[in-house]
Amino acid sequence: MIIRTTFAGFGGQGVLLMGYVLSHGAMHKGLNITYFPSYGAEMRGGTANCTVTLSDKKIASPVASNPDIVVAMNYPSLVKFEPAIVEGGAVFLNTSLFSEKPSRTDIEIVSVPTLELAKEAGSDRGGNMVMIGAVCARTGMLSLEETVKGMQAALKGKEKFFEQNQKAIEKGFAFIADGK
Amino acid sequence: MPSEKMLMNGSHTVGEAAVRAGCRYYFGYPITPQNELPEYLSARMQDVGGTFIQGESEIASINMVLGASVAGGRAMTSSSSPGISLKQEGISYMAGMELPGVIINMMRGGPGLGNIAPSAADYFQATRGGGHGDYRTPVLAPAGCQELADLTFLAFDLADKYRNPVMLLGDGLMGQVMEPVVFPDFIDLKDLPRKEWALHGCEGREARAVYSMFLGQQGELYYHNLHLQEKYDRITAEEQRWETKRTDDAEIVVVAYGTAARIADTAIEELEAEGIRAGLFRPITLWPFPLPALRKLSQHVAKIAVFELSLGQMVEDVVLSVGERAEIYFHGLPGGIIPTPAQVAAFIRSALKGDGTVGRRIDV
Repeated sequence: MIIRTTFAGFGGQGVLLMGYVLSHGAMHKGLNITYFPSYGAEMRGGTANCTVTLSDKKIASPVASNPDIVVAMNYPSLVKFEPAIVEGGAVFLNTSLFSEKPSRTDIEIVSVPTLELAKEAGSDRGGNMVMIGAVCARTGMLSLEETVKGMQAALKGKEKFFEQNQKAIEKGFAFIADGK
Repeated sequence: MPSEKMLMNGSHTVGEAAVRAGCRYYFGYPITPQNELPEYLSARMQDVGGTFIQGESEIASINMVLGASVAGGRAMTSSSSPGISLKQEGISYMAGMELPGVIINMMRGGPGLGNIAPSAADYFQATRGGGHGDYRTPVLAPAGCQELADLTFLAFDLADKYRNPVMLLGDGLMGQVMEPVVFPDFIDLKDLPRKEWALHGCEGREARAVYSMFLGQQGELYYHNLHLQEKYDRITAEEQRWETKRTDDAEIVVVAYGTAARIADTAIEELEAEGIRAGLFRPITLWPFPLPALRKLSQHVAKIAVFELSLGQMVEDVVLSVGERAEIYFHGLPGGIIPTPAQVAAFIRSALKGDGTVGRRIDV
């Protein structure tokens, strides 16, 4: 088993944090992982992406030729990464920010209104947590408990954010379960 | 006891491993893409009663390593390509004075200030001395977080064993990639062999001196260099390290180190599905280069494909190893470009066909 996921957006959207959460959750589950970030010198703005590879075997390259899953938090990320997704793969769209859809028909498309869902969960800053919840729920990479555990490990030392983030992750799982 | 499995990036991994390997003196000057390493040690050194100093420059930092080392401590500095160039004078002095010390280079694109993206174009500088004079430094080339930890330990041990600076050659990608890593247990500083040459006050014993200048008229420098060479010959004989994968019935063997080797490894896995039998030869010591092992391997394989994150540096050592025993192909990428396994697979296919569409044949 090997799954490669690319998270992409602009700096400040919590793109790299989504990758940390998945990485920590998968490591606690006993999987091998590599987390490969790519970003500019800016704290905010600019483009940011990371690729997380999960496998039950040893992982050679942290760089993926073709991701199985792409999480596009903004439109330029969709444009950039859509062509690389493997046939039968999936793309998650942050539809709070853009309404354009992929032109490919051989991949699954999952639209997630991250901002609206995050507000319902109690904080408009939790869009990335809603998204990682939706991604894990839809792909089965992590259970809800494993995703929460991954978030807590990724944010060790920042315990004050645990409760709000957990609510947002639960919202993402519920959205996939109920479609709302 | 070894640590639990921890998820860490490569730069933090080197910092934690250095502390556990007994390093109590770190001196450095900031440069991307390795700032996470001094950042980590700025806090971690305090936990273990060590010293962290951000020097006023790279040159000051390497000379602080020289000073801490001559006083008997396990000392380290780190930087990325342009900063490593600045440290070369100090490294040459340390080689001349026979001082241990560990230098980390998380390579970025060059020449000049280049860019901040990963590269592996400092092979010549690292393996051929780098500074002035007839000297060598062992160069270790890890290919992931676990090996970064393990080879950091080895770097300190080799440095002390041979009284010589040792370089750990990583790259900007390796410094930022996070992977699970298990650290060896802390070394007890009391268990390390005493350094009978170190300078820490001569009360009650004869005075000692450690220097790199030999102005005498009786061939003092001549004999000093012959003594150093004898040491380098011993290192060459005893310290070669490499890894091979799937080389037994390979029709082509890829030679690559560090990050390039990992990307090539996945390319080889993907080619297996096409029925192509490709193997991997990964040097772990770049100096001493595992020349005899590669030479032996080249007697049983028709083609050697060299892949580097530079426009062709290690390939010269491959040519020295292989000669005309096998056809040699080369593909490399200049600074700041990170290739995918698919691109490396295309090179291997092209080398097998000998069609020259990706990379080129090396005329030996």
